[in-house]
Amino acid sequence: MRLYIRAMSALVIENLHKSFDGVPAVKGVSFTIHKGEIFGLLGPNGAGKSTTINMIAGVVRLGSGSITAFGYDNQRDYRYTRRMLGVVHQEIVIDNFFTVDQALQLHAGYYGVKDDPAWRQLLIERLGLKPHLDKVMLKLSGGLKRRFMIAKALIHRPKLLLLDEPTAGVDVELRHGLWEFVREINRQGTTILLTTHYLEEAEQMCDRIAIMNHGELIALEETQKLIRRLSNRQLRLWLEEPLLKTPASLEPYAPKLIEDGNVLLLSLPAGEGAGNVLIQLTELGLKIQDVETDQSSLEDVFIHLTGMNGGVNGHHSR
Amino acid sequence: MVTIPDNKYYPWLPFVTLLRKEILRFVRVSTQTLLTPIVTASLYLFIFGATLGERLHVLEGFSYAQFVIPGLIIMGVINNTFANTSSSLFMSRYLGGIVDLLVTPVSPPQFIMAYTLAAMLRGLLVGTVVWLISTLFAELPWESPLLAILMAILASFLFAQFGLIAAIYAHNFDTLSMYSNFLILPLVYLGGVFYPISILPDPWGTFSYLNPLFYLIDGFRHAIIGVGDTSYLIAFGVSFGIAAVLFAWAAWLIGKGYRLRA
Repeated sequence: MRLYIRAMSALVIENLHKSFDGVPAVKGVSFTIHKGEIFGLLGPNGAGKSTTINMIAGVVRLGSGSITAFGYDNQRDYRYTRRMLGVVHQEIVIDNFFTVDQALQLHAGYYGVKDDPAWRQLLIERLGLKPHLDKVMLKLSGGLKRRFMIAKALIHRPKLLLLDEPTAGVDVELRHGLWEFVREINRQGTTILLTTHYLEEAEQMCDRIAIMNHGELIALEETQKLIRRLSNRQLRLWLEEPLLKTPASLEPYAPKLIEDGNVLLLSLPAGEGAGNVLIQLTELGLKIQDVETDQSSLEDVFIHLTGMNGGVNGHHSR
Repeated sequence: MVTIPDNKYYPWLPFVTLLRKEILRFVRVSTQTLLTPIVTASLYLFIFGATLGERLHVLEGFSYAQFVIPGLIIMGVINNTFANTSSSLFMSRYLGGIVDLLVTPVSPPQFIMAYTLAAMLRGLLVGTVVWLISTLFAELPWESPLLAILMAILASFLFAQFGLIAAIYAHNFDTLSMYSNFLILPLVYLGGVFYPISILPDPWGTFSYLNPLFYLIDGFRHAIIGVGDTSYLIAFGVSFGIAAVLFAWAAWLIGKGYRLRA
């Protein structure tokens, strides 16, 4: 039996709801992931990201709404959708009966795919598991466990890979290696849905980003557009002559003088270019030596949207 | 360079793989899963077959060893099928490994049958070895071998389902061991493994007919030695009925994902 892709969208989620013991965890979430993109689902702890991912994967029962992967309904056609999905869980799953190599072979079988030694070897090599093939999972370090979980999620060559915090607790070097590998898999045609607390990585990796908070989707846009639209750019102007007082007409830009009045800082509102303010400055007769703009990051957008302070989960991405 | 070629989907492979994994699981820890129950049963055989048995007579025309061996065989089958499904599924739930299975295309019927068949294999394997060892102590008449095999298969199927149900409802290892220590063990011991319930004074004799395991034990022994406390039909019918109810129950729980999927 061959699986045919019935839709151009890798994933279509419509009006997804889920409650646990009467407490809503996901409240009417809808989004679409296009084939071939890297899509980031971000949000603070308890925002409903993992519940959403777990409903897509089938680990959590659907509350209401619908999930369609490549045109197949994940309830009615669950065998097809699960065959097309690879899942890296947030929690490390431990099975001590089988070695890394055996577990990989078994895992392909669960997906109805015959073991392909060449593909298995490739994953083993690319994820640096070769020296650990005969070890059971308990003997692996934290980073190796993550890599093993990624290999397991890819062993049946899924068309959509769900990565729920794949780099949690993984050191910087390994994180870079893992993301590079994810990019490579993506370039070969695998669509990626990821959640991460490392916002700088999300900013670099994702084509589009959705932000969840309190079980709702509060933003969904192309990464750079989202940052441009929602972040405040800062304009740093080096003046030829120092200013003693900020001109009143610049009040909307929250002006601030630093370095004895030699440098003027202005905040550009979200979505506004520097053109207007530069015209105003010329009209005011201010002579400018140099200009620098400072684009804020996804983290600033995130904090702005979710009302969080001090970064996500207490971690700063920078 | 990573290449991702297309690949075929074999609908039976998830079931075959899970069955293989379940068999490998108990084979891998065979000291605990096969050797221990065989040693335990051999001790029973030695005590009742070679030593104490010569002084005991509970059924006219049969030595005590001949009477007790079918009971010990079926006890091995029952305990080991239950232990296999219950511990495998519970461990999987407890350690979180179950999610690895829940995300795959393994369907609920495939899930149940893979766990069931692997457990039945372990139970019947233990039963067969116990029978082979028992030939050192007594020769069994084997009145209806096919019926006996059928009863053993039914017993193993029934307790595989019970094991699945117990693993789903159990909150921790304590609860799980309660099922085997406070439910199966007394029911097996009081269900006529060591004595025919007909020798019990009332009301204990009558009460024993309420013990569902009595029908499995008596039916199996009846098929082997040709004498039983109840008819084949009743023994088989009651056991089949219980097995069907437990199967439906396990299928409902697993189909719904009760306590497996949040």
